[in-house]
Amino acid sequence: MPGLTGRMSTVVKAKVSKLLDKAEDPAETLDYSYQKQVEQLQNVKKGIADVVTAKKRLQMQESTLQQQVVKLDTQARQALSGGQEDLARTALERKNVVQTELQSLDTQVHELEEQQQKLTDSEQKLRAKIEAFRTKKEVIKAQYSAAEAQVKISEAATGVGEQMADVGLAMQRAVDKTENMKARADAVGELEAAGTFDDITQLGSGEDDIDRQLKQLSSNSAVEGDLAKLKGELNMPTQPAGAGGSAGELGAASDDAEASDGAGTQGSAEQDASNAPAEGGQG
Amino acid sequence: MIVRISGEDQYRLPDGDGRLNELDNAVLAAVQSGEEGRFRLAYDNLLAFVRANGTPVADDDLETSDLILPPPDLSLAEASSEFTGEGLIPD
Repeated sequence: MPGLTGRMSTVVKAKVSKLLDKAEDPAETLDYSYQKQVEQLQNVKKGIADVVTAKKRLQMQESTLQQQVVKLDTQARQALSGGQEDLARTALERKNVVQTELQSLDTQVHELEEQQQKLTDSEQKLRAKIEAFRTKKEVIKAQYSAAEAQVKISEAATGVGEQMADVGLAMQRAVDKTENMKARADAVGELEAAGTFDDITQLGSGEDDIDRQLKQLSSNSAVEGDLAKLKGELNMPTQPAGAGGSAGELGAASDDAEASDGAGTQGSAEQDASNAPAEGGQG
Repeated sequence: MIVRISGEDQYRLPDGDGRLNELDNAVLAAVQSGEEGRFRLAYDNLLAFVRANGTPVADDDLETSDLILPPPDLSLAEASSEFTGEGLIPD
């Protein structure tokens, strides 16, 4: 076949025959192949473990961000009750940025789950083929002459070899995806370093560089909508602001407000670590 | 004949079905056109044909494939590199 499938088939077959060109004695080839197969299966297991680790890391970041959303919402409420509307707006803008990041993380976690599932399926198939090969190699050893055995071995071994090449490709793709996830995780780290997660009540009302950047990043209409809604909840007069934000989030967040105490402690620990880069940005 | 969809399964298909060849050539033409949408459609058609007309091969079957299709989430860029670069599986 001249098309895409022909090209792919040729490449895989070349790779498999390379795997088999190692030993000359049939019995030796059989045992060598089997040993290689078992090793490869171990590698696949390790690959799956790596994907699971990457997923857990992202899930931990997700829960940090969720705490931040609750905390920033609480701070916006407190600021508004205290008549500091500017501060409330800043808190809501930051909440907006964190929520956007949260959505993106959620997508990535989902993708990793799919990768994990695919690799687990591939591992099961490879295991089944290796087990079949193990049985077959004993039969070949017992029943065939050296010349016949050579043919039978390459038939059986290419079947496993093809599966190995395939699981190798699946692993490579999973690793590439995991690398992308690392970039995402680093982006969250940068948000922390930029001071997004700092306790904004310590900032005072003065607008700093981060605030200005955040204003550009976040959707103003959503923030104004959130602000109007918050005012409504606190029975304050609402000024004619931008379009309404999404409904229902603030109510849910206030139920979780107590949880934000814990988040606050964690936030100040992160703040210490992030002071240097944040100040650098202002200079 | 046995066709493998990479990362998925092996399928046994009736020999000498010209449709597979046609669909494969359509994919190749789509890759050469460089249009993402056209490529996606053509490749999905090829995969759908194999899944619909093939019977999955048992996991402990050691038979080799006559044809190997790249992974279903193949991108146009990856498909192009299959023909120009070292392909999906480097040495």
